[in-house]
Amino acid sequence: MRMSTYIVRRLLLLIPVLLGVSIFVFSLIQIGGDPAGAYITERMTEVQIAEIYEKYHFNEPAYVQYFYWLAGIIQGDWGLSKSEREMPVTEVIANKFPATFELAMVSIIIAFFAGIALGTVSAVRKDKPIDHATRLLALAGVCLPIFILALILQYVFYYSLDLFPSGGRYDEILYINSGGFTQYTGFYLIDTAVSGNWVMFQDVAWHLILPALCLSFGTLAIITRIMRSSMLEVLSQDYIRTAKSKGLPKKTVINKHARRNALIPTTTVIGLAFGGLLAGAVLTETIFYWPGLGKWSTDAIVSLDQASIMGFVLLTAIIFVLANLVVDLMYAALDPRVRLG
Amino acid sequence: MTPRIREMRYSLYLMRKSALALVGLAMVIFVIIVALAAPYLATPPNPREPMTIPKDFAQPKPPGAEGHIMGTGTYGSDIYYGVVWGARTSIYVALFVVLVAAIIGIVLGAVAGYYGGWIDEMLMRITDIFLALPALILAMAIVAILPRSPDPMKSLENIMLALTLVWWPPYARLIRGQVLSIRENVYVEAAKAVGATRSRILFRHIVPNSLAPMLVQITMDIGVVVLVAAGLSFIGFGVPPGSAEWGRMVSDGHNYFIGTVYYQGVAYNPWWIWVFPGLFIFIFVMGFNLLGDGLRDILDPRLRR
Repeated sequence: MRMSTYIVRRLLLLIPVLLGVSIFVFSLIQIGGDPAGAYITERMTEVQIAEIYEKYHFNEPAYVQYFYWLAGIIQGDWGLSKSEREMPVTEVIANKFPATFELAMVSIIIAFFAGIALGTVSAVRKDKPIDHATRLLALAGVCLPIFILALILQYVFYYSLDLFPSGGRYDEILYINSGGFTQYTGFYLIDTAVSGNWVMFQDVAWHLILPALCLSFGTLAIITRIMRSSMLEVLSQDYIRTAKSKGLPKKTVINKHARRNALIPTTTVIGLAFGGLLAGAVLTETIFYWPGLGKWSTDAIVSLDQASIMGFVLLTAIIFVLANLVVDLMYAALDPRVRLG
Repeated sequence: MTPRIREMRYSLYLMRKSALALVGLAMVIFVIIVALAAPYLATPPNPREPMTIPKDFAQPKPPGAEGHIMGTGTYGSDIYYGVVWGARTSIYVALFVVLVAAIIGIVLGAVAGYYGGWIDEMLMRITDIFLALPALILAMAIVAILPRSPDPMKSLENIMLALTLVWWPPYARLIRGQVLSIRENVYVEAAKAVGATRSRILFRHIVPNSLAPMLVQITMDIGVVVLVAAGLSFIGFGVPPGSAEWGRMVSDGHNYFIGTVYYQGVAYNPWWIWVFPGLFIFIFVMGFNLLGDGLRDILDPRLRR
């Protein structure tokens, strides 16, 4: 099968899953109470409320409502977010997405490079002290709840040592004093660089480090584990022995022959890790006051804002499913042995 | 000696050889003992509401003060009491969620794998939906629609219901895969030849033989359930403040995080409010994770001999 056919097929297979998720979310909204609540604000009159019922077909049977609701979702009508001053949910998502995405990207980059380095070292020096230390770190990454890690990081680096800020995306006083920057993309690292405001660039990077470290830890642990085991497997292959016996330096064998092949299984984990990152972002952002999607979702929980919670769930499902698709495609592109089917 | 006992002895021998699995087992036993002995370790003032931590409505006090060996937290709630009864809460939640989810998963997965056809197709599509979302977020969505209650037990039940709904699909998939490969075995053929009924073959011959990987998964998941449940509590779903639940207690500690409390004229940062329950979550999750890892090595026939 050609790559393009494979991509189209995989995209078509996404439709039933996403439809299923939409049915699930719709059922939750139905069970959770009157769906009209997502559109009604406190300032509305009786007549306006009746109009809302008419407009969104809340008087019809549930299955008819589902199709109207789905049509609304597809056209970008996800209801109003109570916790964000009655802004449309889609608008809130557009505003907050860059914050979460920037954090997640930096975390993935940290986890990927550190995980590969640690996994490689651990496999090459199997059963040496560094291997044990790495395995212990990986174990802690799986077992330590992310919100406790966040508290530890804050306690040590903010409260005790005062090296890093406690939270937020930038220092507001510094923002005013340094003349600020234009928000072209919402990714502040890029925005500050494009605006040429290097003082703010430094400050934004400074604010990113602790939450990114915190969020990356779980993913780092998983990548390290997978990298270690696939590296061990590759190192026992015949072609590694051939490379060694023809006199290549050890560095070349490990970096060129072994690591490249061990990387293939590792890439697949990143897709799964992305879902974990989104769940982790909920906790990390709450503790570090990071104004992203995760913080928004916990604010929504506190203020009983159902439209926002369901919007967040729907968005997560879409991101998660797409991330897995991208990883599958990467896998197929990286490993010529994978047959598309 | 029957082969079964010999196998079990051999398993125990393998277990003893793995140091990490033993450490895990020790951690698990420690938490179980604390949970079982909770009424003796910390007597509840009101036996009908053991989940509510006794408090003296004073400022948080450091460990050791006035007989509070782990100090006190919000409204002067005793951290030691919360940690001890929190062990009970965690085991209760984790066992309930994992066992109920496992039973649902085993039955549905086995039926789907053995009978195939539209049952299988439908089940796989349903699990697809559940697997398209991370457990924490899925559970968040479900708890969000359940009615909230100031009663700790009621709110705990909400969390348990949500987590059970989230947890069964991976089990169903695991068992289905096992059943698909095991039903090709010769002994299944033999059972068919002697005229055993289809349900007897499935539940007496196939399912018991497919449970080994389940056991590993279940052991590990007991820790993961506590991790996710604590996360839910931390972000505000779940039990009310002042309940004996580790995630909730860490969250209470977060409110005091950079604050200062004074006890007998000395200033303290109340680290003890979140460190002790946090440590217990870590021990609990780590214990079951190590034990699960050890079990995997023991039960995997390829690694066994």
